[in-house]
Amino acid sequence: MEKPSAAELEQFRREVAAWLESERPEPPDFLLPETFLEVGTDEQLEYLRAWQRKVYEAGYLGMAWPREYGGGGRPAVFQEIVNQEMQRLRVPFVPNTIGLNWAGPLILQMASEEDKRRYIPGILSCDDIWCQGFSEPDHGSDLGSVQTRAVRDGDSYRIRGSKIWTTLGGHAKYMILLARTDPDGASKYAGLSFFLAPMQVPGITTRPIRKLTGEYGFYETFFDDARIAADCRLGEEGQGWQIAMATLAFERGAAGGQAGGLSSQAVGVGDVVELARRARRDGRPALEDPIVRDELVKFLIEERADALCRERAAIPALVSERPAAIALSGKLRTSEHRRRLMRFAQSLLGAQAARWVGDPGVVDGGLWQRSYLNTFSSTIGGGTSQVLANVVGERVLGLPKQ
Amino acid sequence: MSSSAATGRPAAGIELSREQGLLLEIAARTVRERWPIERVREHLETEGRGEAAEALEREIAELGWYGIAIAEEHGGAGQGVADLVPLVEPLGRHLVGGPFVATQIAAAALGAAQDTGLQAHWLPRIAEGQPLALALFEGDGSWDLDEPACALRREPDGSLRLVGEKQFVTDLGSAAGLLVSARGEEGPALVVLEHHQLDGVERTPEVVIDLTRRSTTVRFDALAVPGDQAIVGAPALAALRSAQEAAWLLHAAEACGGLQGVLDVIVDYLRSRRQFGRTIGSYQSLKHPTVDLLIGLERARSLLYHAATVISRPESSAAERETALRMAKAAACEAFADAGDRAIQFHGGVGFTWECDAQLYLRRALWLNAQWGDPLHHRRRLAGLLLA
Ligand SMILES: Cc1cc2nc3c(=O)[nH]c(=O)nc-3n(C[C@H](O)[C@H](O)[C@H](O)COP(=O)(O)OP(=O)(O)OC[C@H]3O[C@@H](n4cnc5c(N)ncnc54)[C@H](O)[C@@H]3O)c2cc1C
Repeated sequence: MEKPSAAELEQFRREVAAWLESERPEPPDFLLPETFLEVGTDEQLEYLRAWQRKVYEAGYLGMAWPREYGGGGRPAVFQEIVNQEMQRLRVPFVPNTIGLNWAGPLILQMASEEDKRRYIPGILSCDDIWCQGFSEPDHGSDLGSVQTRAVRDGDSYRIRGSKIWTTLGGHAKYMILLARTDPDGASKYAGLSFFLAPMQVPGITTRPIRKLTGEYGFYETFFDDARIAADCRLGEEGQGWQIAMATLAFERGAAGGQAGGLSSQAVGVGDVVELARRARRDGRPALEDPIVRDELVKFLIEERADALCRERAAIPALVSERPAAIALSGKLRTSEHRRRLMRFAQSLLGAQAARWVGDPGVVDGGLWQRSYLNTFSSTIGGGTSQVLANVVGERVLGLPKQ
Repeated sequence: MSSSAATGRPAAGIELSREQGLLLEIAARTVRERWPIERVREHLETEGRGEAAEALEREIAELGWYGIAIAEEHGGAGQGVADLVPLVEPLGRHLVGGPFVATQIAAAALGAAQDTGLQAHWLPRIAEGQPLALALFEGDGSWDLDEPACALRREPDGSLRLVGEKQFVTDLGSAAGLLVSARGEEGPALVVLEHHQLDGVERTPEVVIDLTRRSTTVRFDALAVPGDQAIVGAPALAALRSAQEAAWLLHAAEACGGLQGVLDVIVDYLRSRRQFGRTIGSYQSLKHPTVDLLIGLERARSLLYHAATVISRPESSAAERETALRMAKAAACEAFADAGDRAIQFHGGVGFTWECDAQLYLRRALWLNAQWGDPLHHRRRLAGLLLA
């Protein structure tokens, strides 16, 4: 593929910005979730779904995915520009993240031609919401031990067990499911298989779980001898673990190939700087306080460094010794950065930090408090920071397992 | 909401030419082979520079490294200071302590000084590998160079005299000359002295924390300075600014290199030492903080090569250059000192000994922190730039 010129890219950036400015939806009269993880009501989902569909129809989603499945077939840099502009202009996020950025790239990488045609268009258009059924009540970090059973029965599998923390589970049409086909496998990993499973079949029920913020968004999913077709299996029986690991690499941003689009409307350091300008300490703007300033500068340095890490990762001579370090540490770095940043924002609120969403006097509608509590979604979901530190320590630094 | 300088997307990202990439590979190999840790140890026990250090210096000169950032008209390769980063990283990693970095800072100063006489006299010599030492810092500990107490006095007869004290002058012994900052009649001035002019000048060796450094306090007691050896007015300011940029960048590079070196020391030990029947690297209380150090390194190196990119682009504004450079220096020095600190602790009793190499890195980190502004200093200045 020919490399687009800088002028062409600049022109494209202007086009995208203009489109986003003019087409961004009116703010709704209900509270929007901050990320795709907290989509709790139908009206929230439909608002966001309509936005994703519009973005996709304008050609700004899945720009680098193959044309034959509904993608744009263009160099990835175009989607990168769209993502940046979406962030800069603070348009709403697109809700089908699990489909767009985890299941989608996985399907494109290893599913059959038929499956690609079946699943990819609905992921992009947002007709088909996807969810992920990996974690179980008793097995989270220790994902290899999951016990949900998939028993072969003629042309189908019967699924029995339960999954938990299933984001978007109550709205999803499909689930990427990790289940045990062989309880006597040579190792706990060897007995696992991977499925692209339909959710609307008899025997599958979901129950919403309330989050610490009071919001909803994830579910417990129960499988009561639910029957799914055998051709829902991705890969061979026993390959589930490898496929789940490939999925996690997409989820954590350690592997590329995602469709793109924002998955959150998260605030950044620049916003916290603005908050410090408004907040007061000892009768003066908090932004004049030397301690506040030093903290903000540290966050700014980290934010810039993490943005630059993504660029450096693409220059082989600058990552020759530990080529995977930047990719494998990405989620750990950025989620912990955000958590500390939002915690710091609480201290800028001073006494007002004591209020919560819904109070008429709460600063900025309680966005800071809610946002801080929600940052744990990414320090826990997708592999906790502690588990990721193990992964980086072992796979990048070569330290022994525990 | 956000419109200030405080946005995530930096002005320019990271660019590395093929040549720079190759240079990095070659330099890494050369320094690793020539300067294993045993050489560092020998050097610590040697008075002055020592033969091995001189041999390494000669080799660096023969490889043409001294001339890389010097204009072609003065016998150099006509590249920029940014092109020295791939060389200085490995020098830092292997704890080389010679005059290369200081000389390059001096060259950057002279290159910006608009004094054709001094340039024609010095730059070709530097390109050949003759080192120049720096006398810029004083007893007040200030890292801002514009108000030196050391004075370049004009006598009633019109002659110039240098009066005052300079500290942390490194590798003076082997230097062909010395670049001194002083307060002139119209703001800061620079003087370039030949080595022989220092004959009667009082020089007191300092005992410094980085055992690989040879550092001296120099007292000028009304030393006569010929007028053609002085740079005054706007060119002196431009020269100081250029020295500062080069110094921030190259010290960040040295710190990033050192950080890589000490991380290797930590990881080697965590993979080999056993206690309670287990390799200690399997303990998360050692593993996870080591991952934090790795993250510090990844971030610092990204900021380093970004700063190199920013200062190589003519369209970068002064504020963009300063921001990128100070961020790189602050992040690299902070992360290196963290790593040196943890390296001692993670070696247990051995870490507390003279023999353990961890201390050499921690000492280097503390030295680099104290040179050209520690992280707190740079963050204070960044606050002024970013949080207006
Ligand atoms: C907002 C949100 C959305 C989610 N969405 C989904 C989803 O859509 N689909 C899905 O399948 N899952 C989802 N998850 C689940 C998530 O992947 C798990 O919560 C996570 O992997 C941790 O598992 P656990 O909850 O069982 O915690 P545990 O594994 O029980 O962990 C408890 C504590 O022990 C620590 N710990 C565990 N093992 C180790 C170890 N080896 N070393 C050091 N520390 C350790 C953890 O870091 C944690 O602090 C979601 C989670 C959240 C918070």
